[in-house]
Amino acid sequence: MLEIKGLSFSADNGAERIDILKEIDLSVEQGTFLVLTGPNGGGKTTLAKAISGIVQPTGGKIIWNGTDITNLSITERARLGISYGFQQPPRFIGMKVIDLLSLAAGGKKLSRMECCNYLNKVGLCAADYVDREVDTSLSGGEVKRIEIATILARGSGLMIFDEPEAGIDLWSFAKLTETFRELHATSNATIIVISHQERIISLADEIAVLSGGKISEYGKRDDIFPRLLGEGRGCEYMRKGN
Amino acid sequence: MEKLDLGLLKEIALLDGVPSGAYNIRKNGTSAGRFSTENIRIEPKTDKQGIDINIKSGTKGETVHIPVILTESGYTETVYNDFFIGDDCDVTIMAGCGIHNCGDSESRHDGVHTFYIGKNSVIRYAERHYGDGEGKGERIMNPETVAYIGEGSVLQMDTVQIRGVDSTVRKTKIVVKKDASAIINEKLMTHGNQLAESDMDLILEGENATGRITSRSVAKDDSKQIFRPCVVGKADCFGHIRCDSILMDRATISSVPAVAAEHTDANLVHEAAIGRIAGDQLIKLMTLGLTEEEAEEKILEGFLGE
Repeated sequence: MLEIKGLSFSADNGAERIDILKEIDLSVEQGTFLVLTGPNGGGKTTLAKAISGIVQPTGGKIIWNGTDITNLSITERARLGISYGFQQPPRFIGMKVIDLLSLAAGGKKLSRMECCNYLNKVGLCAADYVDREVDTSLSGGEVKRIEIATILARGSGLMIFDEPEAGIDLWSFAKLTETFRELHATSNATIIVISHQERIISLADEIAVLSGGKISEYGKRDDIFPRLLGEGRGCEYMRKGN
Repeated sequence: MEKLDLGLLKEIALLDGVPSGAYNIRKNGTSAGRFSTENIRIEPKTDKQGIDINIKSGTKGETVHIPVILTESGYTETVYNDFFIGDDCDVTIMAGCGIHNCGDSESRHDGVHTFYIGKNSVIRYAERHYGDGEGKGERIMNPETVAYIGEGSVLQMDTVQIRGVDSTVRKTKIVVKKDASAIINEKLMTHGNQLAESDMDLILEGENATGRITSRSVAKDDSKQIFRPCVVGKADCFGHIRCDSILMDRATISSVPAVAAEHTDANLVHEAAIGRIAGDQLIKLMTLGLTEEEAEEKILEGFLGE
């Protein structure tokens, strides 16, 4: 179970202090598929990074399976079963896809067949990719799918995917939603996906809307999803009848 | 051969003993073993230190190993090895030098390799440099490679220097004829107070000649690296230089790629990048459970392809 209690994060931009996360409380039961959505700049990625240890919160606590992980390092959290798929994954000159997937799977060199299994799940043909370097010769969408494959290879108890759909073509996206559905059906992992896509949101057990650094809505998918679809917020200035 | 020699051979030629095929093993200035085959004849030079390697036209699938090991502290030498390669060959040549210096005097090997490659041949030339030993004496290697690549031939040259060489000044000159190509891959890591300097001239002389120089290097501690790769296009040709370097600690790297066109249809490109290991690369691998040190090691391992 993931428990977030009064989590805050503020950043200093030199001129002023900006509160990016404002005392967030959130409890996610083991095995839940949670979609974290909300407007750009609402704090979703910062929250994901705070859970995985990339960002150190300025207040509050993060508890994973009863252990307070707030002050643990990225490595320590990873070893406790927390993984994070980057929104914009880095590239590695010289490192092959098979090597990156092997590191993700725990360090032992994976067989081509094992790599094939993970790459297929993100719509990539293993024969074309296993020996390729994760460098600038790959497109943004290809690197993104390899990033998702690393999280699948890791097989953690908590998997956080940050906008997995970004940069991915329509055909691969269909495969990806099927993979998320299957992952949720066949494992007891807690899955948190930051997304704006209806097809991913429709897979969720629960939805949390993060806006202006606060959870503005949180609940079961069937309660929250229709409201999100109906809101069509648009421009506040226009809504006020100007 | 002694255990120490076998260790050096393993590092520089990836050998677990005497190689198969033609070979010449040089140790402290003398021959520690030589073998010629029907197609590949190795003979000592009579006017200076070194050997001539004659490869008959049509030789395919054979290898030549010519490792050099220095274990005597204070020994210095300049060796000339000339390769005369016929037409329609497909041959792999493994060279390299390992220095073990446990004394306080400088040990130095300056190897000058010249290749005369005929027509339509494919030559893979690999060269590894390695040094070890606890002595204060410097381990110095100054390799010089000159190659003339005949019409329609391909030379792939892979040079690797990962550990233990205190000072190296590398000079390379490659002349590429019509429809021929040169592929040069250089991998280098320096540490401590090491100095590595590399001057490369790739001259694309014939029509449809191609040349690629790919250099990847890592400079650690207080080491210093200087690269000056230059591609000259004298015909309708294609040349590309790419230098990527990772800088760590207090090390310095100077990367000065150059392209010079002497023909209006010469298509020449150069790219060079120097930087520290990106923070997001380290973080990504840490989210996979690696410590920062382990992540750094894996990034360098991948970068240098070791």
